[in-house]
Parts: sequence; C-alpha cells; structure tokens
Amino acid sequence: MAVQKMNNIYLYTRYERFWHWLQMVFIFILLITGLEIHGVYALFGFERAVEIHNFTGISWLIAFAFFVFWVFTTGEWKQYIPTTRKMLEVIRYYSYGIFKGESHPVPKRKDAKHNPLQRLTYLSLAAFLLPIQMVTGFLYWGYNSWTDWGFGGLPLGLVALVHMAGAFAIFSFIIVHVYMTTTGHTIFAHIKAMITGWEDVEEGVEIEEWERAH
Amino acid sequence: MKRSKGMSQVKLCFLMSVCLLFILTWTAEGKQAETDQVPGRTMARQATKAKALWSTTDHSKHEALQQAFKSGEEITRACLSCHSEAGSQFRKTIHWTWLGDSDHSDKKFGKAGHSLNNFCISTNKWQDKSCSSCHPGWNATVGEINCLVCHSQKEINWTEALEDFQAFVDSDDPEDLELAKEIQEGILESVQSIGRPTRKNCGSCHFYGGGGDGVKHGDLDSSVTKPNKALDVHMGVDGQNFQCTRCHTTKAHNIAGRIYSKPASPDRRSLIEDDLTPKIMCESCHSSKPHKFGSKVNDHTDKVACQSCHIPAFARVNPTKMWWDWSKAGNTKDGKHYKRKGAFGKYDYLSYKGEMKWEKNVKPEYFWFNGSINTLTVKDIIDPSQIIPVSAPVGSRADDNARIFPFKVHRGKQPYDKVHKILLTPLLSGKDGYWTTYDWQRAFAKGMESFSLPFSGEFDFVETTYVFPTTHMVAPKDNVVACSECHIKKEGRLANLAGFYMPGRNSFKLLDMAGWTVIIASLLGVILHGLGRIFTNGKRKGE
Repeated sequence: MAVQKMNNIYLYTRYERFWHWLQMVFIFILLITGLEIHGVYALFGFERAVEIHNFTGISWLIAFAFFVFWVFTTGEWKQYIPTTRKMLEVIRYYSYGIFKGESHPVPKRKDAKHNPLQRLTYLSLAAFLLPIQMVTGFLYWGYNSWTDWGFGGLPLGLVALVHMAGAFAIFSFIIVHVYMTTTGHTIFAHIKAMITGWEDVEEGVEIEEWERAH
Repeated sequence: MKRSKGMSQVKLCFLMSVCLLFILTWTAEGKQAETDQVPGRTMARQATKAKALWSTTDHSKHEALQQAFKSGEEITRACLSCHSEAGSQFRKTIHWTWLGDSDHSDKKFGKAGHSLNNFCISTNKWQDKSCSSCHPGWNATVGEINCLVCHSQKEINWTEALEDFQAFVDSDDPEDLELAKEIQEGILESVQSIGRPTRKNCGSCHFYGGGGDGVKHGDLDSSVTKPNKALDVHMGVDGQNFQCTRCHTTKAHNIAGRIYSKPASPDRRSLIEDDLTPKIMCESCHSSKPHKFGSKVNDHTDKVACQSCHIPAFARVNPTKMWWDWSKAGNTKDGKHYKRKGAFGKYDYLSYKGEMKWEKNVKPEYFWFNGSINTLTVKDIIDPSQIIPVSAPVGSRADDNARIFPFKVHRGKQPYDKVHKILLTPLLSGKDGYWTTYDWQRAFAKGMESFSLPFSGEFDFVETTYVFPTTHMVAPKDNVVACSECHIKKEGRLANLAGFYMPGRNSFKLLDMAGWTVIIASLLGVILHGLGRIFTNGKRKGE
C-alpha cells in the first residue's frame, strides 16, 4: 500500500462541533436516565432519573431548534442529501476493503463531509429518528395535557412503545457510530477532528461535482 | 489558523462544562426547593393559622349544670334546656341512627340496618347488646342521648358513677353520704367540662371498633389520641395538634366523613373555590396541585389520591387486626375454652371468637376509589366458591372522580347458609348468644330471626374481605412512598392495578427482546469488525 500524503483541512465549524458534543451529552444523559426509567437498573433513583430525563429532553428540543436554523441558513443541509452513488463502494470498503488497507472511496472534503452511507444515516437520524424521539418524548412529558391538546384517546403505552423503540435504535447507532470513529487513518483521527475541527485527509483525491454541498 | 484552533477547543470545553453545570445545579436546586414551602403547604397553613379555638361560654358557670345529677337522662335534659335543637339534630344523624343512605327500600345500609362486616358481622338490629356499648346513648342503650361521650373533656365511667351515687345518696350513714358527695363532684366536673369533641372523645368509639384497640381501622387506634408528628402530621401534639373536627366539618351535628355508598365529599374543592366547603378532603386545604410548580407529582393528583403516597404504612405504632377466622372458634384445651396470646401481646386465638392475626407497619393495598364503598347486606346472595367482598371500594380508572387509594383489607372466614347462599349473622352476646352457648345453630337461628330471615340449619364458613380507606396517619413529607415503590417492574405497590401503562412498571416484552437483540448484535458486530481490522491490517494501524 502506497503511503499517501496527508492534508490538514478545516472540516467542522465551531457551532457544528459544539452541536455534536452537546448532542452527545444529551443522548448520553437521556439514554442512561431513560433506561433507568424503563426499569433496566437503578442508578439515580426513579424520581431523579425522571427529573433529569425531562429536563434534558426539553433542553434538547430547544437546542434542536437552533440546529435546524443553522442547518438551513448555512446551506449545510445539502451535506445530508441522500445519494446512492458510490454507496456500494462505501459498503464494500467497510465490509472488505478496510481489511485490505485500501483507501476510503469517498474521502472527506470541506464541501463533502459525509460519505453516502453517512448521509443516509445522519439524514435518518436528524430528519426521522430524533424528531420521532422528540415528538414522542414531548407527548410523554405532557401526558396530563393530552385531553386539552385533543389526544385524549391516545394510549400512553403506544407512545412509550415508539419512544422505547427509538431509544434502542439510537443506542445501536451510538455503538456503531463510536466504533466507526476509529476507522480513520489513526484510531483517534476522526474524534480529534470533531474536537478541533481539523482533519488530515488524503491528498489528491478530487471531489466530483455531485459530492459538493456548495 | 493554529491559534483559532486552540481557542475553539477551550471554548468548546467551556461550553460543555457550563452545560453540565447547568444540569447539575438544576437538579440540586430541585432538592433544595423541596425543603421550602410548597404551594399546598402554604395554603393549608393559611387556612388553619388561627390555632386557638375559643369559646364564648364556660359551662361550669351555667346554672342548669349546678345540680346533683342522679341519672344520665337528667344530665341530657340539663344540656337540652339551653341547646334546644341539639337533641332533634343529633337524633337524625348516622351517629344516632346507625343507618346510612340507601337506594333500596328493602336493604338498609348501616350497623342498625342490613349491612355486614367480617368482624362481629352484624348488630342483629340492636339485638346484640355488646355492640351498643358504642352507641351514644345512656347505659349503652338507644334511649336518651349521652351528650358527654362526645362533648365532655373529662371522661369518667358515667354509668358506674351514677349507679354508685344512687346507691349512696339516700343512705343514713354519713360515710356513705360523704362518698356520694365525692362521686357527685366527679360527675359535676365531667358535666361542666364541655367543649368540641376531642380526639379522645371520638376515639373512645372509633379507635376501638370491632371490640378492641385497632381491631377495625388500621389508621385509627389509641396511638392517635396523643400522636407525635411522625405518626400524623396533622394531629401530632408536637405539630398542628388537630382535633378530629378540624377536618370533619360538622353541620347540625352531621359530621363530614364517608358514609357507606355516600362519599365524604362529592366534589373536590378547595376553600379558595368555596369557603364553606367541608374540610374533609386533602384538597380542601392543600388544593389539587399542592406540590412545587412544575413538579411531576402534581401530574399525579388526577389519578392518585394524596393518601397513596403520604401514608406509607398504617398501624405504625399499635398493631391492627388483619385476619379473623370464625371457623376456628369453639376449640377447647383440657376441656376448657381458652385464649392464647401471640405477636405484639395480642390474642391470636380466642375460643369465643376464633383465630386472629395482627400486624404492624402494614403496607396498604391499592384500589380505584371514588369515595363510595359497596357493602354486602344480609339479604345479598353470595357465591361461596369465591372470596366474598363483604365491602369493596367503588371506582375505576375511567371514573373521573376515582383515585388510586390505599386500603386496609381485613380478611377472614365467616359463616354462611349453605342452602340460602347468604351470609349468616350469629347472635353473639346475651343468653342465646354464641359467646354464652358456643352453639352455632342457636346463635344463627336467633341472629337471622332478628332480620326475619330464614336459616336452613346448614352452614359453613367462607373467606371474606372487608376494606377500610386509609386516610389518617399521614406521615411527614420526608416519609412518603418513593416513586420507585410503584414505578418498578416487580412487586410494586400498584402491581395488581391493571389496564394502564405505567413507566417503570410496564414494558413490551417483544420490543425489549428485539431491542436488546439489536444492541447485542451491534456490539458483536463492531467487536468482530474491529478484531478483523486488527488481524488483517495490523500494518496500517501502526502507520
């Protein structure tokens, strides 16, 4: 395998990094307290767990509004447009090429941060899974007002079911996501990039027009 | 460029710590605020802040009470000479009639009616004289009202004192006359110490219902005469020192409280909404949202009664009877009837009553309750293959007035007629009573005769339950039922209340299985993938 020259590029802006880690804190707290509320273990005590969970959930909801604002005003939403192009190559890379030491078929660029698999995953998260968690979580939180809101007939069990299913999906995502951070050119390269904003990427690979977000 | 990179790192760390600090301080603040006044407490303190209840009269100065009383009837006449309406008022109350409201013309609720329990079962329409010892008339009879039992603050054995006085007063012996004078002084002292009923007055019957201290109610026994705050925050002598009437609002001698199928208060209003509302409900003084604003517990008050969390256990000082098995009655030891003491120094066997079980610090059982209780009558047909609910709370989750409420459930075995399929009401006291004869046949025949109901001669015993709403012995706020005692997967306090999803208690097994399978698969997947990378591509790692 040929040693590639690395270029240090500024990939993630300050707000983006802040949002990422804030979200990490939120998810971490919500997952820990949420599983306790679900009766998996006792850690904070049910009452405290509920308090923390509710507070964190509502905070996330507010913070998410800022993210939505950011993603649309900066045009970053284009980074999440799903594509099937090179999807198979990426899948092939993670299931085969990575063991052979091949290069990533879609290296990161400032205007194309995510590979097709990431785009699909993050879009599913931000546009589907997280909003579902937020809506069901908010409903759960406002259970006593359902009659006033016009959802009097909605069974709590159904909301709880969807919320819990979402929690499992997010938990599973976290496991894979954290593991995937180790697949950079060094174990901590991706994590370092998300902290500092700077990432070493292989030089010379041209990004194609379709990959550009801007 | 490098500089701004370092800066943003610092900023990010700063922001994250601020965020964490915010969460931690918020939760800590929540704990601290609890020790401060919550709205419901502030309101209740306001409603009861005038602690000194004053009277405009001193009964020791009343002319009508300056006489040598020979009988109870004379005392009552003296009372009524001023309180002209008291007698006719009182005779209409359940305290006198022992009859509750009834929808059925042929079934009358009440101790003097057709209602049953699983203690001494029935008063047999006043035929069981031992029951009348709690009737507020003179000499335990239904004759003339005994005002003193509720209103005298100096309780004596009036019947005995009056009898003794009568015996000595007409004597020629100066010693006897001296004695008579002394006795009369005691009577007068009692007659002249008049006031609103105290815990002791009410307790003289209500703490001893069922024939002894703490037999019936789990939340009312002699320990409530002078309770401390830990036993009852309202009545505690070291706290608010409430007398019963503070909450049991009285109108024309009718004392607020649940009466059979009639709830203590049909609506849940606070004094702010209606200043003449009875103070019998917690909501009256504490409002329906008594906890800190935004607190999750406030969201519970539409479905969970205050008592469910605030009375973690009843019979916290004295034991209460939990089991009474009449089928074991009549046993002999060495050819004699006997008594045997068990736990807490209480009888666990009495030949004339059967087998008993006593418990202390009992966790209540919880049911939906709208304030009414269904009580079985002697006329109701039973199914002896089942456990018979002699009394049961009325209510369901769909009932807006119902709350999850704590109960003492007294269980036991009592006799029924195998042919007529009705519960039997043995006559217990008196010459034909079981306690004298140990003859069930005769006791049943006499008992059923008082209701003009037939007894087939064939009887057996059936297991029954009887419920008492638990509403006294409200514990201090630090001793409430924790969330996790109900919001828990197994053996929670509300484990037997079905038909609704409760976080922490309920889950969907299939989803949990599927969910954890996905989590484990994800973990295995990444572990295998990682191992694969290590073994196939070690060179790259070292780069």
